[in-house]
This record gives sequence, structure tokens and C-alpha cells, in this order.
Amino acid sequence: MNPIISIKDLNKIYATGFNALKNVNLEINRGEIIALLGPNGAGKTTLISTICGIVSPTSGTVHVDGFDIISDFRKTREMIGLVPQELTLGAFETVWGTVRFSRGLFGSKRDDDYIEKLLKDLSLFDKKDSEVRALSGGMKRRVLIAKALSHQPKILFLDEPTAGVDVELRKDMWKIIHDLSSKGVTIILTTHYIEEAEEIANRVGVMNNGELLLVEGKDQIMENLGKKQLVIELKESTKKIPSSLEKYNIELSQNGLQLIYNSEIKDGETDISNVLIEITNSGLLVKDLKIEKSSLEDIFVDLVRVES
Amino acid sequence: MNFVAIRIIYLHEMGRFWQTLGQSIASPVISTALYFVVFGSAIGSRIANIEGVSYGLFIVPGLTMLSVLTQSISNASFGIFFPKFTGTIYEILSAPVSFYEVLIGFVGAAATKSLILATIILATASLFVDLNIAHPFWMLSFLVLTCIAFSLFGFIIGLWADNFEKLQIIPLLIITPLVFLGGSFYSISMLPELWQKVTLFNPVLYLVSGFRWSFFEISDVSVGISLTMIFLFLSICIGVIGWMFKTGYRLKQ
Ligand SMILES: Nc1ncnc2c1ncn2[C@@H]1O[C@H](COP(=O)(O)OP(=O)(O)OP(=O)(O)O)[C@@H](O)[C@H]1O
Ligand SMILES: [Mg+2]
Repeated sequence: MNPIISIKDLNKIYATGFNALKNVNLEINRGEIIALLGPNGAGKTTLISTICGIVSPTSGTVHVDGFDIISDFRKTREMIGLVPQELTLGAFETVWGTVRFSRGLFGSKRDDDYIEKLLKDLSLFDKKDSEVRALSGGMKRRVLIAKALSHQPKILFLDEPTAGVDVELRKDMWKIIHDLSSKGVTIILTTHYIEEAEEIANRVGVMNNGELLLVEGKDQIMENLGKKQLVIELKESTKKIPSSLEKYNIELSQNGLQLIYNSEIKDGETDISNVLIEITNSGLLVKDLKIEKSSLEDIFVDLVRVES
Repeated sequence: MNFVAIRIIYLHEMGRFWQTLGQSIASPVISTALYFVVFGSAIGSRIANIEGVSYGLFIVPGLTMLSVLTQSISNASFGIFFPKFTGTIYEILSAPVSFYEVLIGFVGAAATKSLILATIILATASLFVDLNIAHPFWMLSFLVLTCIAFSLFGFIIGLWADNFEKLQIIPLLIITPLVFLGGSFYSISMLPELWQKVTLFNPVLYLVSGFRWSFFEISDVSVGISLTMIFLFLSICIGVIGWMFKTGYRLKQ
């Protein structure tokens, strides 16, 4: 199936001369949940804002469902809902009023039944006549989601939906995202939290310094970039690594009591069993064994560090 | 055209006006009444009739224009500045609406408010003086054109301004003096000759003069010139806005 969003050679240089997006290429599949991960200033918001029409691209193209975001902006924007990073809401409006406004702005006919259902799904219905400025931060975030969904978009962008949100609300947010996804909405979200990407996304894109470093299924990332570390504790210290073990990537700890074997995972397999056999053959006595696996977080930190 | 969106922007902008209806009506009523007490009765009784029109009556068109000009600018400029300031503009920028649809919604609402305001002022004035409008059609035309032109101008200011000072500086330093010096409260024939010439460079003179003509058939400059000037100003505003649209000026990054 053709991708729902297709980004080609996208560049953004702000008026200040700052290059916030560098040759970004990305295809987003229909119905998937993709998480954009990256440190502050990586360009996540810039990327999203460009697709949504808030920032004009310097060069490159973006197509949404086959339509160009500039020449066919009406078609592409009708399909998209955006929940911004900041809690930006007009001060004097009611929840109901602001959601109805959003729906009209996107050119959809008034439909009070739909908005009522939307507000109920987001546990906002009992607040429908409250002024938005009187709501808590978490509630405001929900109102922004309701506004973004008011015109029944096919694609939803969530820019840091769980920033500054407590654990319970974060779980709620994940559930909302899962529910939308199960209804066929394609979801693109940004986050600083690896665990969040791990929890809800099908694919993860890692951004840093305006570049999209990689985009892969989170399992593939673990498989391709993940490392396993085997720590072998010895009963008696040794001065050097036995020669039969030199061909492996093994280090000896300073006190001579630990052998540390770093294995790359290739095709799901490692040399761990061979290493163990060689150790036994060399006459070293093993006291204990520990296996450590790198988390998505370690991989992420490695990637970003190598880049910068 | 996304008419649904234009309508909702328009209604949304009008919303604040209805919400504060009491205030929206009370302030022009009070200020008009004050002008009449001070200028119409206290001072006006000592000023001779101007071309057969009593001073109290003479100031009605100027007084209306003063409010219409300043309110059109402040309503329209604030209307577009505020979402930029709070950040809610993101929604308008990401919606399937064109710049012109946004413009029609915002400027339409600002101009409507000014029209309502003018009606309130004229109604209040008619309590103090015996108001007869010689050319109602032209009166309305001048009024509507002025409301639209100055709301467009306000929209431009609101787009240009990136802080509150800039938002207020042009109305305060340019528009208010121009209105007061543009013959709102006097006929330029009452000025020394040199100042009459200088005043001819004041665009507001043409607005007030034409508008006053539609009431009393007296004017400082010919009606044709007045109309031409309004259209000229309108065209300049539309031109500037067209340029802003092309460049995405101060809206998109
Ligand atoms: N309007 C602007 N003008 C100039 N530079 C900008 C502008 N907006 C963003 N930038 C710069 O572009 C870079 C990317 O910003 P962006 O907001 O896209 O990052 P981000 O990945 O969303 O960061 P965060 O996680 O903090 O939200 C930053 O260095 C930022 O300073
Ligand atoms: Mg961001």
C-alpha cells in the first residue's frame, strides 16, 4: 500500500539562518503509530509544523495521501489534526465553543452529536461549559486533542502529548492513542521518553540536529543496534585474557576478577556459548554469570552521542 | 472557498462583542453624550453656525468618524494580533483556509462591529440634536467603505506588530492626531490659509468631508475627491495585504 505521508528531501532554514531540518526523507504508513524521538532542538516540532502548514519548507516536498501540502493544501489539511506542544488555548472560550470552532475552521458541518461523543470519550463532557482557562494542564491537553479530532482527521499529530503529565494521565493518553489507532487513524507523535516510544509506537524515528538518523520498527532497532554484554565473574583473579579468547571482543576488569564480553547480536545469534566453552577449556573457574542487554534508551543515547 | 470557516471565524470574532454587549453599547453612548455636553452645549453654544449648521449638529459626522476609525483599527489589529500572541494562530495556519478567507472573517467582523458602533453613536446623537440625513445612501456607503478600509488597515497593523507597543503606536501617534486635525470638529475654512493647505495632505479630511456632505450637503472638498480618496486608501490596503499574503509575512516561519 502506498504511504499516507511521504516526505522527500525536506529542508528548513529559518529566517535566522538556522538549519532546522536537513534532507529529511520519511514515509509514514497508513494506520501506523510512529514516534519521533530526539533531544531538545532536534527538529521534531519543525518537521511536524512543516507537514501541517505552520512552517514553510525551504526545499523538498511533502505529500499527504498523494496530495502536495502546498498546491493541494485544502485536501491535505482536512485529513490532518494537530495537537501542539504548548498548551495554547484562547482564554475566554468554553470547551464546547472552542471545539466547535475548530470543527468549523476545518470546513466540517456543525455536528453536535459527534462533538458530544468526542468530549465523552475524552472525559471532558462534564466540563463542556467551563472556560478553558479554568482547566488543569491535563484537561487542557485533552481539550487540544478534542480540537484536533473535531473534524474527524485520518492523521493525527501529537507533539509531546505526555510532557508534564502525571503517570495516570500518561496511561490514559496511551489508551486514547491506542483507541484512535484501532479506528484506523495514523498517528505521529514526538516524545523525549524512550519508554513511551517503546510502549506505543510501531516504528521509531530518531532525530538529532535536524537529521532523521534512522526509522525502524522498534524490534529491528533492538536487533540491529542492540548489544548483549556477558559478565563472567571469576573465582580467582587472572592477569591476562587467555590467548584462546583473544579473537573475541573481551575485556578484563582492573582487579582481574571479571571478564566482560561484548557481543553484537547478529541474526538473533551470538557467540556466547563458544566463549563459555573456551573459558572452561582455559581452566578459569567461573563464580557467576550475568547477561546485560542494551535497552532502546542505551541505543538512543549512543546514536545521538555519536552524531554530536 | 471554505465558507464554513469564514463564517465560524466571523462568528467567533463577533462572539466577544456579544459577550460584553453591555460594555460594547455603554461606552460609545457615554462618550458620545460627553462630547455633546462639552462641545455641543457648553462650547458649541458660543460658536457660530457653520454654513447654516449649528455646531452641535456639525460635529456629528466627525465624531462618528473618529470612533469608527479608531475602533476599526483597534478591533481588527487586536483580533489578529491576539492569536499570534497567545499562539492559537497555529490552528488557523494548519486549517484548510486560505489567507483571504482568514482576512474576510477577521476584517468582516471588525467592520461589522464598527458599523454597529456608528449606529449607536448616531442614535445617541439624535437624542441631543435634530438629525436629518440628506443622502442616506451615500452616508451608508461612506460609512461602510470607511469601516472596511480601516479594518483592513488594522489587520495590517495586527500582522505587522510583534508586541503590544507596536500594536498601539500607529493608532496613537498617527491616526488620532490625523482625525483631530482632519476637520472632525471644525471646518477647515476656519483655519488660517497656510494650515488649510497643510490639512489638504491629511487623508482623514476627505473621509470626514465626504461623510459630512452626505448629512448636510456641506463639504470642505468635493465629494468626488472624497470618494476617490477612500478607494485609493482601500486599494493601498488591499495591495499591501496581497504582498503580505505572497510572502507569508509574519504569519508563517
Ligand atoms: N521560528 C524559529 N526561528 C529560528 N529558529 C527556530 C525557530 N523555531 C525553532 N527554531 C530552532 O530550530 C531547532 C529545532 O526546533 P524544534 O522546535 O523543531 O525542536 P524540537 O525537536 O521540537 O525540540 P523540543 O524537544 O525542545 O520541542 C531549534 O534549535 C530551535 O531553536
Ligand atoms: Mg518540539
